Amino acid sequence: MQSLPGFRIAVDVGGTFTDTVLVDAKNQILASCKTPTTPENPTMGAMEGVRRVLSESGVAIPDIRNFVHGTTLATNALIERRGARTAVTTTDGFRDILEIAYERRYSQYDINLSKPDLIVPRRRCFTISERMLADGTVHVPLDTTDIAKLLAQIDECGAEAIAICFLHSYTNGTHERQLCQILQAERPNLALSLSCEISPEAREFERLCTAVANAYVQPIMAHYLIDLQSTLQTEGLICPIMMMTSGGGMTTLETAAQHPIRLVESGPAGGALLAARIAESLEQRSVLSFDMGGTTAKLCLIDDYKPQTSRKFEISRAERFIKGSGMPVRIPVIEMIEIGAGGGSIASVDRLGRIGVGPESAGSEPGPAAFAKGGTHPTVTDADVVTGFIEPGLFAEGRLQIDLDAARSALAQVGTSIGLDETAAAIGVSEIVDENMASAGRTHAVEAGKDITGRTMIAFGGNGPLHATRVARRARVSRIIVPLNPGVGSAVGFLFAPVAFEIVRSRYTRLDQLDVDEINSFFDQLTNEARSVVKLAASHGELSTTRIAFMRYHGQGHEIEIELPDRNLIKRDISELVSAFEVEYSRQFSRAVPGMSIEVLNWAVTVSTPPIPTDQASDVSSVQPIQVTATKSVICDVSGGAIEAAVFMRDTLNVGDQIAGPALIIEPQTTTLVSADFDAQVLADFSILLTKKSGAET
Amino acid sequence: MNTVSNTRLQVMWNRLLSVVEEQGQALIRAAFSPIVRECGDISAGIFDVKGRMIAQAVTGTPGHINTMAEAVMTLRKHFPIGSMRPGDIYLTNDPWIASGHLNDFLLLMPVFYQDSVIGFTSCTSHLVDLGGQGMGPEGSDVFDEGLRIPLCKLLDKGEINQLLLEIVKANSREPIANEGDIYALIACCESGAKRLVEMMDEFGIVDLDTLSNYIIDTSRRGTYDAISDVPKGVWTSTLRVDGYEKEIELKAKLTVDENSMVLDFAGTSDCSQKGINVPLNYATAYSVFALRCIIGPDIPNNAGSLEPFIVKAPKGCILNAQPPSPVAMRHTLGQMTPDLVYGCLHQALPGKVPAEGASCMYDLPMRSAPEVAQRGGTVFALEPAHNGGTGARPTKDGLSATAFPSGVWGSQVEITEASVPVIIRSRELRRDSGGAGTFRGGLGQRIELQSSNDQPFGVFLSVERIKHPAMGRDGGLPGAPGRVRLDGGTDLPGKGEVRVAPNQTLIFETPGGGGYGPPDKRGPDAIASDIAEDFVSFEVARDVYGWEEDK
Repeated sequence: MQSLPGFRIAVDVGGTFTDTVLVDAKNQILASCKTPTTPENPTMGAMEGVRRVLSESGVAIPDIRNFVHGTTLATNALIERRGARTAVTTTDGFRDILEIAYERRYSQYDINLSKPDLIVPRRRCFTISERMLADGTVHVPLDTTDIAKLLAQIDECGAEAIAICFLHSYTNGTHERQLCQILQAERPNLALSLSCEISPEAREFERLCTAVANAYVQPIMAHYLIDLQSTLQTEGLICPIMMMTSGGGMTTLETAAQHPIRLVESGPAGGALLAARIAESLEQRSVLSFDMGGTTAKLCLIDDYKPQTSRKFEISRAERFIKGSGMPVRIPVIEMIEIGAGGGSIASVDRLGRIGVGPESAGSEPGPAAFAKGGTHPTVTDADVVTGFIEPGLFAEGRLQIDLDAARSALAQVGTSIGLDETAAAIGVSEIVDENMASAGRTHAVEAGKDITGRTMIAFGGNGPLHATRVARRARVSRIIVPLNPGVGSAVGFLFAPVAFEIVRSRYTRLDQLDVDEINSFFDQLTNEARSVVKLAASHGELSTTRIAFMRYHGQGHEIEIELPDRNLIKRDISELVSAFEVEYSRQFSRAVPGMSIEVLNWAVTVSTPPIPTDQASDVSSVQPIQVTATKSVICDVSGGAIEAAVFMRDTLNVGDQIAGPALIIEPQTTTLVSADFDAQVLADFSILLTKKSGAET
Repeated sequence: MNTVSNTRLQVMWNRLLSVVEEQGQALIRAAFSPIVRECGDISAGIFDVKGRMIAQAVTGTPGHINTMAEAVMTLRKHFPIGSMRPGDIYLTNDPWIASGHLNDFLLLMPVFYQDSVIGFTSCTSHLVDLGGQGMGPEGSDVFDEGLRIPLCKLLDKGEINQLLLEIVKANSREPIANEGDIYALIACCESGAKRLVEMMDEFGIVDLDTLSNYIIDTSRRGTYDAISDVPKGVWTSTLRVDGYEKEIELKAKLTVDENSMVLDFAGTSDCSQKGINVPLNYATAYSVFALRCIIGPDIPNNAGSLEPFIVKAPKGCILNAQPPSPVAMRHTLGQMTPDLVYGCLHQALPGKVPAEGASCMYDLPMRSAPEVAQRGGTVFALEPAHNGGTGARPTKDGLSATAFPSGVWGSQVEITEASVPVIIRSRELRRDSGGAGTFRGGLGQRIELQSSNDQPFGVFLSVERIKHPAMGRDGGLPGAPGRVRLDGGTDLPGKGEVRVAPNQTLIFETPGGGGYGPPDKRGPDAIASDIAEDFVSFEVARDVYGWEEDK
């Protein structure tokens, strides 16, 4: 194929591997590769990927028009505690914002739990005399005579980074900025993170945590990003490097170096963007993306081609899958639920004789028992081998030998204590893990005021297509799409991200008392700040602005996002906003509460470049049932009995091919299970559509 | 050889647990009451046709653990099953049936499958205001405390009892919020019922009998196993607490035999004249919660896992208050019962239970002074919640400023100040307030607040451990007692109204938790770290722990 100039490249530096993808102006993939991440000097691993795709495609580096980079380095520095020695400065009288936190335990029955480690111990928490009030007026001016003492404390503890968080700085950040200027002058090497810039929202604990996390990774990330930039420029890169953020937008390298906390979870965000892209090309407006790998499964709700977003994320949880056990940070993120359910998840039996699966995982080393690399614990993959869904000779193109006997004896461990044979145990393990994923998805949807029933599932990851029908059945989902190359994830998604910046700021008001002039100038300020960040990366061309108010009934704790018109508000808009809120409230809670007053706590502005247009997949012109040439005996996931499943290699399928379940569609990275109650069809873009057979129970 | 059907039963059990969690989440999100939002003071459960609980949400407060199971049994017996129709929902807020005080509304909905009742869904939530004297201990009987609704039908074949709703609204200072909460409870019951029916369709079952027997039998058997690890015998303990107008002695006798653990509160003091009395259902909830933290915490709550735990008390003692005793603040002493229970359990199972903690939450209900409203000033009411330290654990220090046994969330200073005209001048841990020990008790905190608009305001206290601090275990020392005072004034009692004048500062100090094990066994690294973090002063380290700088 003749490729057009205007090459674009995406590099996703993950914990273990770095994925690199090169596309042409028409978004055709010219080359992609997976190289080892080099944690000591991450630039090396990234450059290795770049050089490989360039040499493979014969493209020269100056011809790159767009360079997008995502990285888990910030996340890993937080998890592995490799950040800077960080200290905290808060308002006098409030040294213990971190220690006191929300005064709660994250697990009701666990009397021996440990609280999450919030990076900065009390000995490095300092205070200074100053005070703002809730309305932003100065109650006590910043006491500059206190500075000498603070400097001595900072010097003594050897801090390299400082998080500053004064009470009510989200309404007036003057004191934080004043202190910042003084510290910059006195100690130019300190990395400073101001809570009024990092996360200008009310609630001192979360705002401070966000500033701390940012301060902690800022030096290491700034160092890496500058190193990467100069290396690439030396190699001849002309275009700027754009950084992928957790919210699914891109920002400049300079902004990222200042706000590195916004880079956490950018990898999974890329996966969700890709799913959103696929949803749009297939015109699926209500989607559940399902990404199941070796250790975890991630689910994301995508409505109208937009992944669900949130403003809260937890890092380094004391217990990985327990909400509230981590350090909360308030940043725009693509909202996903992560479950400890992957191919390597280990099955066990508790004292009630109940099968449990995960979150412990055999990972890739030693891996499932069936991999014969020393693993003996029974895993989800072992169950899939025993039930016959994984074809031993064809797994990973035959490069990995599958040991059926090892899988059987691992499953026997599960079965023995509860009187099940290996096959029954395998069915049990699968049913439990599939139910766990479906339940987590349902609960996640409920928490967002949504429903997963009736959505289209987009399944990817090494185990997604294999478990898709089984999870879908339990989630009452009857359509599944398995895209082409379901193992290639995030990096491709990066290429579809807009340049965007979101700012959320607190400003309390009752909706019926809204001062429109004041809020208009407040929005102007927010918009200008966001625009100036976006302009750095998109100096010309139109920008779109989205304005959102987070509203709730007075007395409630849960806020609902209501989009505002992209213009100055006028008095008449208020009644429209009330009814917009009531409509959305009724949708989520089945009934509005007429007469209750409505309040707004937070306001958000997102400034973004327009989305990159998507080509609609063309319709399939003719369909034809496909001839079955090979079959395999499997244990039916519907009936529990042995049946013959048709076996196909995915690369031999043609557009329009129809396959009736039960069948297995095998490709190098994964297998798509077409359960007995599903049919499959190959769509025009070669993705596979799985549809629940009519008459089959939903 | 067993068949897969056992696994399917387990999958359905998991499904039910997930359904009640979803219901619980939805209810919390829709609730108007801050106590629901901050503490998750709600519950949701699924019951079989006999009224036996088979799944219950794990929500923020333990106060609903047994209460809901018992309440549903009572309602189930009261209304003949033949009289139930699809769309019916029953209601009560009777403290002695539902959850210990009038604010907790409990709903019950029969679930129909193929025209027969096959089970029930139920949910409970704390409503903002039921009239009377409101949340506070000042009522002299339950009639002072607000509107009591007997067992009755709220929805008849899907039609709401409008008169009942109007009566509830007419008797409340927050009628719109109450109406919103009642509709949220209805939606919770209905969605649970719908999900239950969907599950039955999916798994092709027409009743819950096999499933409910499986859940209850498995859980009961697991609990028996857990109890069998506890030495058999009888243990007693006494806990002296501040009370309101007089000090109170709480007494417990724990009898452990092969298949049960029986708690008897005989010997406990009589009721108070004020609303800190505890109906037995509520005392049971917190006591059983304490036991279940140690005995089989991994087994979900249901009729089977709860059955082996039996709690009794003579009628009329303060842990078995009888109508019409005032009970609005039943949580003040209810939250002390885990310390009482652990006093017994520690003797049976040394090295398993924590030392005593602050336990009772330190909420700070504030209201503008009455004359402010008459003068047209800013009227407000807010109830921020705070906590002291938890008791040291057998192998770990206690947690500073952390709720236990309740799951209440502490309030944020910025939110409190944005909501009401007060300034919080400081909020920091209290150095040296954690009971010394091999493992140190958690620290309490000190909060100073004053008016921000030159108007007086009132604080309505109902806190404990002002006179009687949290005791240590096995040689651990007590934590610091709580302390409440006005700047420059004398110490205030833990219960009753305090008026804070515009120029005054209220100083509110929460108790520390007790220590575990003798202080001289504390490791030098731990002591050095406590000094570096300023959790413990050098003087206390030297005098109590025997710390020497160069050691």
